[in-house]
Amino acid sequence: MRGVISAAGYVPHHRLDRSEIAGFFGAGGGVGTRAVASYDEDTTTMGQAAADLALRSTDVEPAAVWFATSAPAYLEKTNAAAIHAALRLDPAVDALDLGGAIRSGIGALRTALAGCGTTLVVASDTRDGRPAGADEASAGDGAAAVLVGDDSDGPLLAEYLGGACRTVEITERRRIPGGTRSRSWEERFGAHVLGPAALEAWQASLADSGIGDADDVDRVVVTGLNTRAVAAAAKAIGAKPGGIVDPLVSTVGNTATAHPALLLCAALEQARPGETIALVALADGAETLILRASEAVSERRPVAPLEAQIAAGGALSYGRFLAWRMLDVEPPNRPTPDRPSSPAALRRLDWKYGFAGSRDRSSEMVHLPPARVSQKGGAADDMDAAPMAHTVGTVASYTVDRLAYSPSPPVVLAVVDFDRGGRMPLELTDVEADEVHVGMRVVPTFRRLYTSDEIHNYFWKARPVRPGDGGATQ
Amino acid sequence: MSSHGICDRVAVIGMGCTPFAEHWDLGIDDLIIDAAHSAYCSAGIAQHDIDAFWFGTAQSAASGLGMAGPLKIQGKPVTRVENYCATGSEALRQACYAVASGAYDIAMALGAEKVKDGGYQGLNAFPIPTDGTQRTVGAAAMFSLMLPAYADRYGVDRDELRYAAARIASKNHHNGARNPLAQFRREVSAERICEMPAVAGQLSVFDCAGVADGAAAAIVCRASEAHRWCADPLYVKGLSVVTGTGAGSLDPDYDYTTMPECVLAAADAYAQAGVTDPRSQLALAEVHDCFTPTEMVLMEDLGFSERGTAWRDVLDGVFDLDGELPVNTDGGLKSFGHPVGASGLRMLYELWLQLRGEAPTERRIPDTGRTLGLTHNLGGYPGEIVSFVGVFGTELDAEQR
Repeated sequence: MRGVISAAGYVPHHRLDRSEIAGFFGAGGGVGTRAVASYDEDTTTMGQAAADLALRSTDVEPAAVWFATSAPAYLEKTNAAAIHAALRLDPAVDALDLGGAIRSGIGALRTALAGCGTTLVVASDTRDGRPAGADEASAGDGAAAVLVGDDSDGPLLAEYLGGACRTVEITERRRIPGGTRSRSWEERFGAHVLGPAALEAWQASLADSGIGDADDVDRVVVTGLNTRAVAAAAKAIGAKPGGIVDPLVSTVGNTATAHPALLLCAALEQARPGETIALVALADGAETLILRASEAVSERRPVAPLEAQIAAGGALSYGRFLAWRMLDVEPPNRPTPDRPSSPAALRRLDWKYGFAGSRDRSSEMVHLPPARVSQKGGAADDMDAAPMAHTVGTVASYTVDRLAYSPSPPVVLAVVDFDRGGRMPLELTDVEADEVHVGMRVVPTFRRLYTSDEIHNYFWKARPVRPGDGGATQ
Repeated sequence: MSSHGICDRVAVIGMGCTPFAEHWDLGIDDLIIDAAHSAYCSAGIAQHDIDAFWFGTAQSAASGLGMAGPLKIQGKPVTRVENYCATGSEALRQACYAVASGAYDIAMALGAEKVKDGGYQGLNAFPIPTDGTQRTVGAAAMFSLMLPAYADRYGVDRDELRYAAARIASKNHHNGARNPLAQFRREVSAERICEMPAVAGQLSVFDCAGVADGAAAAIVCRASEAHRWCADPLYVKGLSVVTGTGAGSLDPDYDYTTMPECVLAAADAYAQAGVTDPRSQLALAEVHDCFTPTEMVLMEDLGFSERGTAWRDVLDGVFDLDGELPVNTDGGLKSFGHPVGASGLRMLYELWLQLRGEAPTERRIPDTGRTLGLTHNLGGYPGEIVSFVGVFGTELDAEQR
């Protein structure tokens, strides 16, 4: 039996209230909020955050990481390798990017479910559109990770029953490489083509799953970037009333490549044992798959439930959103930082990506960064790795630096004392400067500090522990 | 193992110091030449009389070639040294030890920095390839951590403490206004500094040292030979450098209310110099006021104030020009700016003037009969510091005479 072993969504902290767009431009926007990746997040860091949450609720380790996004941080270089490193996975674990197309997210998931081996499918997207346009408002940023494997690997949350696809070569949603925004054909045409394709795939997946009637499917995710096509497909497949899973458009927005997996996470968090869950994703045709929730869903305690993540979001002004996404805002008058050295980064991979310090065996002192010689007692080469990524810390002191270079000044620096030992002055993120206080509880988070000479400098910051978001669980 | 020091074995016989300023029209070579020639003139010595040279510069040149070339020093050892913002003092320390060892008769320490060619306000970054995980904040932010930490530890009202910090800047600008070599020569009140917008923590721009180009030099010889060159030399009483391990950034026991490296360096230098009560024995101190909290905490780390009382002593005027122990009588880094390699020797230049009665009357310290002065020069941040403390005096101890 094959299926989902673990699944987790990641919704970035910041929320843009869509009414702010109309307040600024006099038009556009809409109602509700959209999730916005912080200036120091990209699809890789958000994918890592989701993957980390998924792996933390199981003991099963993946044999491969597949990473799907339409907004890769790098081309040619494998972004999944950075996620792999930040998860401290064994080098024997494969890491692959399935890049470019929005369809790659659902495709990776269905391929993993239909295939073999234990695969961590990570889908992540940041979505932009021109200011005041529909894409900008309706889109959202986010990520989801689904650990797929056999029941012999570990207990399944949901069993894979079957799936199908219909492929249509259609000039609808598209973007030329290097372009910053995507374009689409008239929506009605997409609906005309994708609606029937979704229905055909749906019927094929019902047959593949041995389900006779659409009424037997309890929860249906229907998603795609063409809202008219999504509505048409939802109607055509005849899902039972109340069975359509909330597409999270009013809170998160459409996270495109990540959205099918993100909504699957949402459905799994609500599902009762025995319920069937279907995913219908519209892109260049349609991909569908059907799962059945196992007994395990009732015992499952997500590390960071999506509902809690959505509720914990913090407001982001439209001005700051524009500054993060497209405006060239005046920076502090400081030189941009140097690019990180590739050999230096590789030598300290487990520090830079894995946030693992070292613990001296004789004094127990935690050294951040890892050291060969102990600060206490001077013992040499007698340390164990001290992974800190999941360790909560307390702000011992902090300051706000309005002079230092940052992609989004000011820099908030906190001296963080970690529970069970270890101190590190760390930049804080996902926080307003006036929110910070001594004693604040924070947890490490993998971020992109800056980009220099076309090298993304990934490292760890700390963010406040927020209610129910997983930071406080350890 | 012990730190024995070289008390009364080496003397400063001549010094030079350029104006510290945004020297758009002077390059590093010009600054080196001006400081060196002014030191030669001060000592009444020719360049070829000097046997060895130590060149302190953090970022403006590499190797001794950067000094030998512009000065055309022929066939002599010229060594570049660097120890962060304590670079100038480190050059002096090397020159003094070289003479004390007997290896050379006469040596020169010269510190110089050309900061203003970088195109940015503030000091330049050290361009060493790294893994990209080092802190992203600047020095102001790191030192700003000391004010709230101090307020919490000693139960001082944060606004009152902030005012005390501003008063340090105001005092140093008062002194700098009376120094023709200083970059900033305008007085500013503590009240006005408190009203300025914060740039890092509670610190305003006026809580931070300025940025300037400059150079300073000292010529040293064996104390027994000093009177051949100079009627009133300055004797080296104690020199200490303590370099931290970065413990404060690793160890949760560190609380940002002190700089242990400075405490240790002071203890070492005092022991070498025979100083037991610095507050009553020193005529003046030139300390590293890179940021106002630095100077405040240094008053305790250097033993001038009891723990938790420096802020009160500051408000009481203890360290004013006419106070019990004048500190930064030349205006400090605050008025001079901080050309990294030069600052430590610029501090010594003020001792050279004050202790020998050559400081202009408008900033001359009261005559207390004290003959000792201190320079303190540091690099790094609270938690990871390299600290220099030097004690100098106009009199040889009895047994040396």
